[in-house]
Amino acid sequence: MKAFADLYDAIDRTTATQGKVAALVAYFRTAPGADAAWAVSFLIGRRPKRLVKSGDLRLWAAERAGIPDWLFEESYAQAGDLAETISLLVPGGGGVEAQESLAFWVEERLLPLARLDPPQQREALRETWNVLGGASRFVFNKLITGAFRMGVSDGLVVRAIAQVSGIDADVISHRLMGAWEPSTAWYEQLVHPETQDADWSRPYPFYLAYPLEAAPETIGEAAEWQVEWKWDGIRAQLVRRRGKTFLWSRGEELLAGRFPELEQMAEFLPDGTVIDGEIVAWRDGAPLPFSELQRRIGRKTVGKTLLSDVPCALLAYDLLEVRGEDARTLPMADRRAALEQVVRAMPSGGTLHLSPVIEAAAWDAVHGARANSRTMRAEGLMLKRKSSPYGVGRRVGDWWKWKVVPLTVDAVLVYAQAGHGRRAGLYTDYTFAVWDGDALVPFAKAYSGLTDVEIRAVDRYVRQHTIEKFGPVRTVTPGLVFELAFEGIQESARHKSGIAVRFPRIARWRTDKLPRDADTLETIRAMLRAAQAPA
Amino acid sequence: MLRVTDSGLYCDAGDFFIDPWRPVPRAVVTHAHGDHLTWGCGSYLVSARGVGVTRERLGQWADRVEGIAFGDVRTINGVRVSLHPAGHILGSAQVRLEHGGEVWVASGDYKTDPDPTCDPWEPVRCHTFITESTFGLPIYRWPATPAVFDGIDVWWRENAAAGRASLLFGYGLGKAQRLLAGVDASIGPILVHGAVDRMTALYRDAGIPLPPTEYATAARGVASGALIVAPPSADGSTWARKFGPVSTAFASGWMLVRGARRRRSVDRGFTLSDHVDWPQLLGAIAATGAERVLVTHGFTGPVVRWLRETGLQADALATRYEGERDDAPDPATSAATAEMAETVASVNVAATASETAGETTTEPA
Repeated sequence: MKAFADLYDAIDRTTATQGKVAALVAYFRTAPGADAAWAVSFLIGRRPKRLVKSGDLRLWAAERAGIPDWLFEESYAQAGDLAETISLLVPGGGGVEAQESLAFWVEERLLPLARLDPPQQREALRETWNVLGGASRFVFNKLITGAFRMGVSDGLVVRAIAQVSGIDADVISHRLMGAWEPSTAWYEQLVHPETQDADWSRPYPFYLAYPLEAAPETIGEAAEWQVEWKWDGIRAQLVRRRGKTFLWSRGEELLAGRFPELEQMAEFLPDGTVIDGEIVAWRDGAPLPFSELQRRIGRKTVGKTLLSDVPCALLAYDLLEVRGEDARTLPMADRRAALEQVVRAMPSGGTLHLSPVIEAAAWDAVHGARANSRTMRAEGLMLKRKSSPYGVGRRVGDWWKWKVVPLTVDAVLVYAQAGHGRRAGLYTDYTFAVWDGDALVPFAKAYSGLTDVEIRAVDRYVRQHTIEKFGPVRTVTPGLVFELAFEGIQESARHKSGIAVRFPRIARWRTDKLPRDADTLETIRAMLRAAQAPA
Repeated sequence: MLRVTDSGLYCDAGDFFIDPWRPVPRAVVTHAHGDHLTWGCGSYLVSARGVGVTRERLGQWADRVEGIAFGDVRTINGVRVSLHPAGHILGSAQVRLEHGGEVWVASGDYKTDPDPTCDPWEPVRCHTFITESTFGLPIYRWPATPAVFDGIDVWWRENAAAGRASLLFGYGLGKAQRLLAGVDASIGPILVHGAVDRMTALYRDAGIPLPPTEYATAARGVASGALIVAPPSADGSTWARKFGPVSTAFASGWMLVRGARRRRSVDRGFTLSDHVDWPQLLGAIAATGAERVLVTHGFTGPVVRWLRETGLQADALATRYEGERDDAPDPATSAATAEMAETVASVNVAATASETAGETTTEPA
């Protein structure tokens, strides 16, 4: 456990890629297989889900620390991290690092918590806190809260394992996909020199696009590029092998049972087919707003009503495996042609559709299409080089996402809440309002977009102009105006303002404006109407 | 006996101010940090140990500074005033006031951890104790000072072995000298930034033993193996880039929390503060025997509530002291922040709002 805690610390401490990889390599060179397996699992974000209720955890930690709940909450607000707050407040441990292995702590102490009832959990945690000190204690607490995250990309983890094992990074990457349980045997397989892989449920690593910041004219001739809509749905791979279907999300979660209409459709696919595409809520040949799809997300089982209210489809845009052969090295244009054949061979009226290619001979036409994205309920365009293979991870050059110009609104800061992690103890999570008659109606939350200097200035404002505190949230005197940017607007019955915006963030601080200069709800409604109207 | 006015903490009976933030005719000053010492007052009464650093900070007003020995009593308009060590920096004092049988102590900034560069904090019995609360939350518990210095020495040694300089940030007055006194000077040469150099000379003048240091001008060039002590404002400056490959670190109480450490974006954070942590704060309050506690700058709200729940009479006192800041107050940042604050002021919002929330108007950022 200490070695893993040290690894966490080393990664936490450096921002340099080299340093992170070096720390990972050093760890994997010496870690026993079972520990290495768990470490890989945690490093690439397969953390255990929350094992103990957050409320219980706070209660027991405050009780063990001998402080009232309110003081625990004040401390948490300042530290900005529940696991760290507990580590700092709870006595015991005496700074002694765990001697036992990571696998021991995970398998014997951490995972069993899930099988205990709350009083037993309380006892188990008190015992662990009494013996576990230093960095190990913090890492253990992080794992309990389900918020464990290490500041390292999957790519770096893969690079380090490749370096230690001498196996090609793409092979490692592929072996990490799909479902697996961390164990010594599994880790041995991960770094095994024999590259014939057995697990046939496994998806391919997703190829990700880079945002295009410059004009498309800078990346070559329009004719070299395949242009598609950038759909606002769930990126997914549909794997059909040996008469079985596996639907994977980009987070490598198996979506079994979540989208029965897609699994039914997949039965008509030839064996050895893997399609990359986007799951969208779909009716009458057009996508429904993302908020509709949200009703399906997170439902493990889907009732009949929901199924007919929010029917889903897969918009296919790539073919990664044909007749059991890995097709990723074929050029995009060839993969597209093969994909079109596969889709056309399907029975009509199904839930598999081609994501259309936008025919554009010149960039002018592409600009025109992008301006039309919102009416298509798309987030913008995808530009894929026709000659490009299907890569691994996010790489610059062949796939670009070119998002729509965001909508903007001037809004007033009305609530603030302290941030977490790097922003611990600073008021960085904001709620903004616009005018509805004489009242300010909250309509969006935003966390990003300000510089560190601006964050400090806003933090100071919040502290000096607090009207009321509700738990961690402060109501502030309306005084600061910000320009918010967002990708789209939808009607929403769940929001007080009646609207919901997509990906809101702060574009800039309008220090030149007073609250009375902020926009109105009517302005936003007009934007909504304009977005819905056909162009 | 003391109340907050627009100019600072004022004693009506004695007609003087303690640590005023505007020029006043007569000031009693606890220590020479910027948020406690303002320019242009008619007279300054400080501890004899603090005269040197106070004069340095005051420049043209230096001749208005008068020092008295710790424990000596000066009667001002019938109020008996004496100064007692606060353990914060060289010459830092608590101000004891006695009038009509009532005793108040204004403690300024203080710590109880060991520090060879200043006189140790002494508990002073009083009826009313005015305390800071910079680190007034139970998450703040300082590691043992020797362990912190061991960590600094290990870091310095590793850097020296790798051919790097070790650039260590800490406040130019107080923290920097405490660092100099605490590190293992046999590891390599020690360089100091100009702001640290001036203050260090005054510490030596006051008889504080410090290892030899060299003034680090930008012209000095690559300094592999050296420890360079500089104020936080030097972080990211062109000056800091003149010494070849460096590892950076910040010594501050804020470094205890990971988020603050990451925000600071230095290679290492060492938890070393010149303020009391939570147990020390509560211990100090208890040691004064005060029945009433007035809490200023820091986590005023939580400390007041905690004290009340433990049966003491406690209230918040809205001052403009800042305690220990975790940001680098470089000129560019301050200018931008000031400009924004200006904008904020222009919208003319009620400044009383913060009192509703039971907080001081300044909190350490």
